Amino acid sequence: MPAPDQAGLAARLLEFGEELRSEGVAVGTSELLDGFAVLSEISWEDPADFREALAATLAKSQEDRRVFELVFERFFFRAAEMAAVREGVREEGGIDPDEVNAELDMETLRQLIAQALHDGDEGRMRDLARLAIAAFGRQGEGSGVIGVDVQRIRRQLGLRSEPQPDLPPEDPRHEGLPRDEIRRFEQILRRELERAQIERTEQLPPARPLNELDRALPSGPLQDLAAVHRVVAQLKRRLKTQGQEARGRKRRAHVDMRKTMRASLEYGGVPLNVKLKPVRPRRPEIFVLCDVSTSVTSASVFFLSVMHALHDSFRKMRSFVFIERISEVTEVFAKERDFRAVSEAIGRDAGVADISGYTDYGRVWREFRDQVEDELHPRATVIVLGDARTNGRDPAAPIFGSITAKAGRTFWLNPEPRLYWNYGDSVIAAYEQYCEAYECWTTRQLEDFVRALTKPLVTGG
Amino acid sequence: MLAEPASVQEVADGLQSVGYLPGESTALVAYLAARLGKPILVEGPAGVGKTELAKALSRYLDRTLIRLQCYEGLDEAKALYEWNYRKQLLAIQATEKTDWDATKGDIFGEEFLLERPLMSAIASPDPVVLLIDEIDKTDQEFEAMLLEVLSEFQISIPELGRVEARTQPIVLLTSNNTRELTEALKRRCLYLWLDYPELDHELAIVKLHSPEISDTLGRRLVEIVSMVRGLDLKKPPSIAESIDWARALLLLGADDIDQQTFNDTMSIIVKHRTDLDIVVERVGAKLGGPLGAGA
Repeated sequence: MPAPDQAGLAARLLEFGEELRSEGVAVGTSELLDGFAVLSEISWEDPADFREALAATLAKSQEDRRVFELVFERFFFRAAEMAAVREGVREEGGIDPDEVNAELDMETLRQLIAQALHDGDEGRMRDLARLAIAAFGRQGEGSGVIGVDVQRIRRQLGLRSEPQPDLPPEDPRHEGLPRDEIRRFEQILRRELERAQIERTEQLPPARPLNELDRALPSGPLQDLAAVHRVVAQLKRRLKTQGQEARGRKRRAHVDMRKTMRASLEYGGVPLNVKLKPVRPRRPEIFVLCDVSTSVTSASVFFLSVMHALHDSFRKMRSFVFIERISEVTEVFAKERDFRAVSEAIGRDAGVADISGYTDYGRVWREFRDQVEDELHPRATVIVLGDARTNGRDPAAPIFGSITAKAGRTFWLNPEPRLYWNYGDSVIAAYEQYCEAYECWTTRQLEDFVRALTKPLVTGG
Repeated sequence: MLAEPASVQEVADGLQSVGYLPGESTALVAYLAARLGKPILVEGPAGVGKTELAKALSRYLDRTLIRLQCYEGLDEAKALYEWNYRKQLLAIQATEKTDWDATKGDIFGEEFLLERPLMSAIASPDPVVLLIDEIDKTDQEFEAMLLEVLSEFQISIPELGRVEARTQPIVLLTSNNTRELTEALKRRCLYLWLDYPELDHELAIVKLHSPEISDTLGRRLVEIVSMVRGLDLKKPPSIAESIDWARALLLLGADDIDQQTFNDTMSIIVKHRTDLDIVVERVGAKLGGPLGAGA
């Protein structure tokens, strides 16, 4: 590899940083400076070192790391190909397809590839990928669409992760091939196909920004999970400090006379060491109730992501989902960190007792009260996520009122536009007299809700 | 005292020689940290050897390890320094000076300073390895306080002035990812994500710690451990636990892990009542041996 001149590399690296930024990784100038610093410490001969060193300075979380990998692949692959096109360089070396093809039949190729996958030998896989592509090219089966071709080739090669017991036991396919290696081989195939295409057309396909699927971010149909998390982090800070400005003089520390006197004995009764009463930071306790009935299906992903984010921020929190009755899901959130796993677990075994599939708020309040009555106190916050559609059943507002009276604050987040409130079977008005209701179906509205929290208020009840 | 490492390979070999088998990027990032004097932020699930990495680094570089265990409510007095007021008091009484200015100058000297981990790491005359363990357990305010230490390697004490590092410490921060750390902190660190090692790597680690274990038994063991990690458990088995398990199996003289052995010894790798049930059901049943021996 010829040593690239510094100015060229610097420009490349800046472009790379720019590209990362455009995909939402927070790369600052200091990160880029660090990037330059590490590159002067390692040799560039080893692609793995080069990549790891850059990743250690530019991608500062697992999420970022994933995006980094994708952008890195794309960026440097394109950069190399661009240079190749400009200089008119073509791939050489390795196995020459035309030479070997004559005596290489399909079955041998299958076996060779299976063996390479079994051993995890990447160089060999690359050569074999080229061979496979050449073999298929001769059959005239190329569709021109890379993704389709990759799948076609894979199918023809019979690469499967399941064991194939009818093959002889010494064949690596007998036990099934490692899934990761198959995926890696697919990647190599894709890249070789892309390279072939670029060589053919002598130009690069247009750069395509990563879409959400590429990043594999757990995102709901409504909102980005990360955005919800940011807002909830704000919510946490607000809840922590809320009400302290109202308390005013209480914020000053108080002298603990007993302790001060006792400490003074050490110095002959001179209160040298003034002991203060500890200021106990407010530790919010949160109870969340989330409606998961069919009428709020579209919003429930959003709601679950809000709950997920809340669990991330608050230690003392209990959450419940309800349709006709309530069931506690605190455990599920405590056990699982991954959002998708959480929502699956809730869908699967949260065990929402549900006979009719219609929300019964009256029953929900009664059950909720029975379960948590002893734990409600003025420092607790209750958040209800639901549309307040009772399906014509008794809303049992007084019971809800008694809950709000015990809790410090109660909020209702309604996923319906305010326009629809109190139409049809929506009885939000009955509940609104006991709590603050907000319309909330986007992260922006969630932010509004958080902002509203800071306003001084008279605690309801 | 060793000189600075000169290449990534040297770090990898050095770590291995003290009983820590670094992954691909671990040695590289450790090397970069030593060369650039940047802190490393190590994240990953519990039990993948984050803390062990710091210990191994200190052994390999022959530096003292200074450890600051973080917890909720950790404050400056516990992490940085504190004035030894008892001693100050004694000093005032002993000298009986009437001149306040002179006294003030005397009692706020280094002699009356109680060094806490961060302070001792900075003030140490020999280079050290500083481990700030489980940084995610502290509050954001504490993180903010760390910034000065981590980027400038200095501590400002109002009465005394600045204490600057005489040598470049290697700093490791570990986090179990229970909360998002601030951008400002991340910006100052190199990032290293440690995950459970791949089969071969873990096998190598197990063999490094109990060399007597046979290849087949070792492979079987790491395969089962990785299978157990794949389940939805409260606490997946850590690397240390695989090593313990290997030792236990050696002690028992087992040459293969069948269902019976597994059920007898799995309490070494699985430590939750509910997890035990899941593991017996999902993994125990897959292993050979007499049926119905499980729960």
